[in-house]
Amino acid sequence: MSVLLPIWFFSERDLFETQRLRLMLFFFPLLSIQQMQFMLLFSRQGKLRLQKWYVPLSDKEKKKITRELVQTVLARKPKMCSFLEWRDLKIVYKRYASLYFCCAIEDQDNELITLEIIHRYVELLDKYFGSVCELDIIFNFEKAYFILDEFLLGGEVQETSKKNVLKAIEQADLLQEPRHEYFNVPVY
Amino acid sequence: MKPLETIEVLQTTFFSQRMPAPIRLRELIRTIRTARTQAEEREMIQKECAAIRSSFREEDNTYRCRNVAKLLYMHMLGYPAHFGQLECLKLIASQKFTDKRIGYLGAMLLLDERQDVHLLMTNCIKNDLNHSTQYVQGLALCTLGCMGSSEMCRDLAGEVEKLLKTSNSYLRKKMTEMTLSEYLPSVQDRAQNSLSVDSRNAALCAVHVIRKVPELMEMFLPATKNLLNEKNHGVLHTSVVLLTEMCERSPDMLAHFRKLVPQLVRILKNLIMSGYSPEHDVSGISDPFLQVRILRLLRILGRNDDDSSEAMNDILAQVATNTETSKNVGNAILYETVLTIMDIKSESGLRVLAINILGRFLLNNDKNIRYVALTSLLKTVQTDHNAVQRHRSTIVDCLKDLDVSIKRRAMELSFALVNGNNVRGMMKELLYFLDSCEPEFKADCASGIFLAAEKYAPSKRWHIDTIMRVLTTAGSYVRDDAVPNLIQLITNSVEMHAYTVQRLYKAILGDYSQQPLVQVASWCIGEYGDLLVSGQCEEEEPIQVTEDEVLDILESILISNMSASVTRGYALTAIMKLSTRFTCTVNRIKKVVSIYGSSIDVELQQRAVEYNALFKKYDHMRPALLERMPVMEKVTTNGPAEIVQTNGETETSVLETKPPPSGLQPANQANDLLDLLGESDITPVIPTAPTIKPASAGGELLDLLGDLNLTGSPVSAPAPQIAQPPFLLDGLTSQPLFNDIAAGIPSITAYNKNGLKIDFTFERSNTNPSVTVITIQASNSTELDMTDFVFQAAVPKTFQLQLLSPSSSVIPAFNSGTITQVIKVLNPQKSCTWSLVLKASMPRSPFGFAGKEHWYRKLDGKEEENGLSPGQFVAAVMGTVYVVPLVMLVFCPLEQLGFVVCLW
Repeated sequence: MSVLLPIWFFSERDLFETQRLRLMLFFFPLLSIQQMQFMLLFSRQGKLRLQKWYVPLSDKEKKKITRELVQTVLARKPKMCSFLEWRDLKIVYKRYASLYFCCAIEDQDNELITLEIIHRYVELLDKYFGSVCELDIIFNFEKAYFILDEFLLGGEVQETSKKNVLKAIEQADLLQEPRHEYFNVPVY
Repeated sequence: MKPLETIEVLQTTFFSQRMPAPIRLRELIRTIRTARTQAEEREMIQKECAAIRSSFREEDNTYRCRNVAKLLYMHMLGYPAHFGQLECLKLIASQKFTDKRIGYLGAMLLLDERQDVHLLMTNCIKNDLNHSTQYVQGLALCTLGCMGSSEMCRDLAGEVEKLLKTSNSYLRKKMTEMTLSEYLPSVQDRAQNSLSVDSRNAALCAVHVIRKVPELMEMFLPATKNLLNEKNHGVLHTSVVLLTEMCERSPDMLAHFRKLVPQLVRILKNLIMSGYSPEHDVSGISDPFLQVRILRLLRILGRNDDDSSEAMNDILAQVATNTETSKNVGNAILYETVLTIMDIKSESGLRVLAINILGRFLLNNDKNIRYVALTSLLKTVQTDHNAVQRHRSTIVDCLKDLDVSIKRRAMELSFALVNGNNVRGMMKELLYFLDSCEPEFKADCASGIFLAAEKYAPSKRWHIDTIMRVLTTAGSYVRDDAVPNLIQLITNSVEMHAYTVQRLYKAILGDYSQQPLVQVASWCIGEYGDLLVSGQCEEEEPIQVTEDEVLDILESILISNMSASVTRGYALTAIMKLSTRFTCTVNRIKKVVSIYGSSIDVELQQRAVEYNALFKKYDHMRPALLERMPVMEKVTTNGPAEIVQTNGETETSVLETKPPPSGLQPANQANDLLDLLGESDITPVIPTAPTIKPASAGGELLDLLGDLNLTGSPVSAPAPQIAQPPFLLDGLTSQPLFNDIAAGIPSITAYNKNGLKIDFTFERSNTNPSVTVITIQASNSTELDMTDFVFQAAVPKTFQLQLLSPSSSVIPAFNSGTITQVIKVLNPQKSCTWSLVLKASMPRSPFGFAGKEHWYRKLDGKEEENGLSPGQFVAAVMGTVYVVPLVMLVFCPLEQLGFVVCLW
């Protein structure tokens, strides 16, 4: 039997239909996983104020990425849009007063909702500290981390209600402080 | 007094033995901030680090927490803090919540899965996951979700799953029994809260576990059953994330969860329809985070599935029309909706609606929204071309945006929208853009214009004008293949010669800075100098130029500091060519040529010496040698050696292609001219010395291919045929020649990776010389049989391909047998280039569909559409290149994915 071709008509999909299921398992991991890669907070002077990495990287790489990104973002003019393509990631950043909030997301992710996530985090900080300023975050950086961890887990939003996040933080704080102060054990 | 004294004594002894209490974290931050210089700061930190280290050494439990916190601050400032890693683990193991909290935070910041230390945490996390306090559980889950490695995930998946499943009932029960409410005032509140906190955390943790160890997915399947019935938005949101993750990772899960579509639609509907709920409201929209997540999950479920897509059409239309768009949140949801509509099998009306939403985005004041609109239009432009075309003017307006990201997107999109109808208008805009844009855009923009112009040029004149415009505005940014391409274009449009040479002459009058332009101009003046001087040009006001003026200009190019060596070569050759076209300036030309015989530039010197010899010894041959170049046949490929570079690096490539000097000057001269054209497969002008030329050309090709892996022995005998494929394929010459050649084609090992080896042998049919027979032999050295082996081949429409059935579809393991398959290729046309694409597919190779479609599009003869000529395509993929006499084989192994073979 011989087949005379133009082969272009064979679509990939027909060809692979039979093996599709088996192939899929190999194929799927190639898809980008939608997830926030990291979040950085830095000041207008380029000082890092908070860093949260959701992907494992060496310290050297982290520093390199931070330096590069801080430079790129600070170099952008205020009227430019909040997104930029950087390596194969999308960077979403927004400036609040003297602080830049900067997230790296994957190609498939929704930039606009990421802006909302940043905004929500700022709101949470604001509520917690009471009109937050950069100094609050410098002196209470661990609190800023706790709030972030209560809001995002592994790069995904875990609680969509502002009230619940704050409630959880307050209650965890209660667990921590009164006892120590009562026994006069030094807190950090 | 006495007791007090004793206390004091005790205190002093106590403190002299122990370190004084370390300063508090806030104190430290304050001190460090007072540092005026970097050096001062470093000094302070070093001092503090020393104190912290000694405190760690003394196993000081009281202040460990404080010290680690301080260390974290220093870590953020960029100082090394790795010595705190083990202290974090100790803190985690502590019973105090404060310690645990800082310990876990420190672990997340200082440790990650690449350090073995982190495994020491596994047990602590395990205990904490079963801890009675939900906040401790929360901390443990958070840490696991953030940094758990696959080993850790494997160990703890069971715990996570248990939490995910039982937290609802189990923990609630526990709560009400009040066993846990040691510290908290409101039991009721905690019970409510914890149920969500835990399953929420657990769900995201499960997501992380699945990411790390996909095999564990099935374990979580039962737990997902009731997740969507949750009322709590946090739980609902995380459940949707978990489902998304599972669906993306496994087609079985995807099929399984398709039945959830109606439920998801209902949840989404409730979200849109429900009134104001203060808890989840974001500027008038109910829980946008959840909505976006649900839309994304719907996208995955509806992809390639008619029924599910059908089920979600209505709700998508509803979301698209009902969402409030004055704020960013609303647009975020709309954007997600558009992406979903584009990805699933939606109705055409819905797709138009989606594109119109993007069109509206383009007019939005917010830059961010304009940006996402352009990005997503770019994604859909292939499928919904006409709908996007309607927004063309808005898109072109975005070229003037101040933001570079928007500009880039707009540029890409504009090129995608160019077609035969709008080419003149679009090109005007794009040329204007090219003129005004930042340097970083120029190279891309220029090559985009070249491609579009080549494809849609309404007339030759327009085409030449456009390319010349590009060369004048962005000459130094164009890729170096622009010059030979334009020269070829000019040569081929015979009626335009006079016009072109005049335009070029005017363009370089007084400005030699744009090297490519000067090169093209020199070439044209050399070729068509007579037309320039005679001033016969109907189309434009003819200019009066004298022979001396023309030579003045070429000479000043030779002298100018701005000219690159290649440009000078062009100019010198042009001057030489003019010696047969001009009548009264031959002596001047002789003089110029002899001056450059002692140039320090070796390239230039060699040319000049050769030309000089032409004047002196071979003057009778000169007119024939310097004849006008014939019309070049349009070749689709410039050979695989086409090097895509920017202009600065042209010298090397041109020098490389220069053949070695040989005794026979005239032949060399012809080669020089040919080489300047950049490796095009053109038949030599002069029939003399054909033996030297092809051989050297073959050599060059191999040279350029450099370190490529040649398994055959193509360098020796078969090389001559590369340059002159017509002889092979046309069947013009006698029979014996073909037999010789057939014998000369070495068999090659086409593919040898991952245990699969494929050999090709070539034969030429004696009865019909235009038929080539390729025999494929595939063997398998792995331990497993390869089943369903398919070998595909394809050729352009003018060819005939006969693919005989293979001896089997299973390749037995351990090289215990081979498959043979015969391919016959008939090339009835007398064309000198031909291409053939062969493709083999292997089962169990993770051949990405996306990747494959990509290749297909590039190879099926629509190269121009994708902006790549085959030559560039080869350069772009640069797999292994084999040179075989009749064809060029290019193997592009897509890592372990399989491979594509192209024959040129």
